[in-house]
Amino acid sequence: MTKGIPVKLRLTLGIAAVLAVGVPLAVHADTAADVKQQCGSCHALDHDYAKAAKHERAERKAPPLDFAGNKFRREWLYSWLQNPVRLRPAGVFPPAHAKPSADGDVVDTATLAKHPALDAAQAGKVADYLMTLTPFDALIAAETYQPGSIAQRMGQMNFGKFKGCDGCHQDAPDKGGVSGPELYTAWQRLQPAFISAYITQPAAWDPHTMMPVGDANAAAVHKLANYLKLIGEKQP
Amino acid sequence: MKTLLLAATLSLVSTTALAEAGSGKQLYSIYCTQCHGVAGDGKGINAAQMAVQPRDHTDTKEMSARTDEELFKVIEHGGKSINKSVLMPPWGDNLNDDEIHALVGHLRELCCQKN
Repeated sequence: MTKGIPVKLRLTLGIAAVLAVGVPLAVHADTAADVKQQCGSCHALDHDYAKAAKHERAERKAPPLDFAGNKFRREWLYSWLQNPVRLRPAGVFPPAHAKPSADGDVVDTATLAKHPALDAAQAGKVADYLMTLTPFDALIAAETYQPGSIAQRMGQMNFGKFKGCDGCHQDAPDKGGVSGPELYTAWQRLQPAFISAYITQPAAWDPHTMMPVGDANAAAVHKLANYLKLIGEKQP
Repeated sequence: MKTLLLAATLSLVSTTALAEAGSGKQLYSIYCTQCHGVAGDGKGINAAQMAVQPRDHTDTKEMSARTDEELFKVIEHGGKSINKSVLMPPWGDNLNDDEIHALVGHLRELCCQKN
């Protein structure tokens, strides 16, 4: 039945199928070791990828978590780990999940793996551990962003017409590009200082990021962050 | 002798830089296909939602009208730098000069070296 499907894809689908049935992660006293063992096969937990050749980007199965404590909100991690939903419509490396069709390339959703769900106790331990991974405290400390407000129309035009963020990101369900993570939920997910610092200097966090640096000064970056706040706070 | 040694060193540096740049095809796959398409035809997974359609890099006529310098500039500084769409972002902070040259080389293969 699987004849004709490339071995790599069969393996990915197999892993996805196993994960989809919700195999519980083993909880050990040493959460760090547990996270390394259970999460480390897909997520980078140290910054070694930054020293590798740029093409390592194509081999990633999941986003790096080595700076998770500088990036995520703890309460979001705790909740998401119990009910993981897709944030990146085309996966962590979109070219691996794109296939040609008569209407242009489409995302081959059959190749996207699901994240396992944890129970509340596991999610709490993992979230607590991930929040200890803070190698970029200096980047956060240097950030001057103070959350503020922006008019919906101005924010939307800035996000789309002026800065082109909607080329890769969605600012509402099914509105915007699909290669980047959805951003209408970014405010609940990410620390405000991280949002601003990452937009300003994405390669300082991940030298092989597929996020470009726009021509935005600090004030313009803060406007974008305020737009993410505006749309994020409207989400359930 | 010193001149020979210098020439050999420079040659080695140049070869290493090119090797590090990787192939333009690989870089194109990582950074460009989501908009410009896996076949380079401008129909990437993001294209359907875009107000301005990405350039079809297999269009020989359109691409032949662009010099290598223009292509380098638009990759490094984005569409705005040549009065085109902001949807083409500036990649100058993600890619070094050797990598952009490798990409320009691949664009020439896509547009103009058809079987």
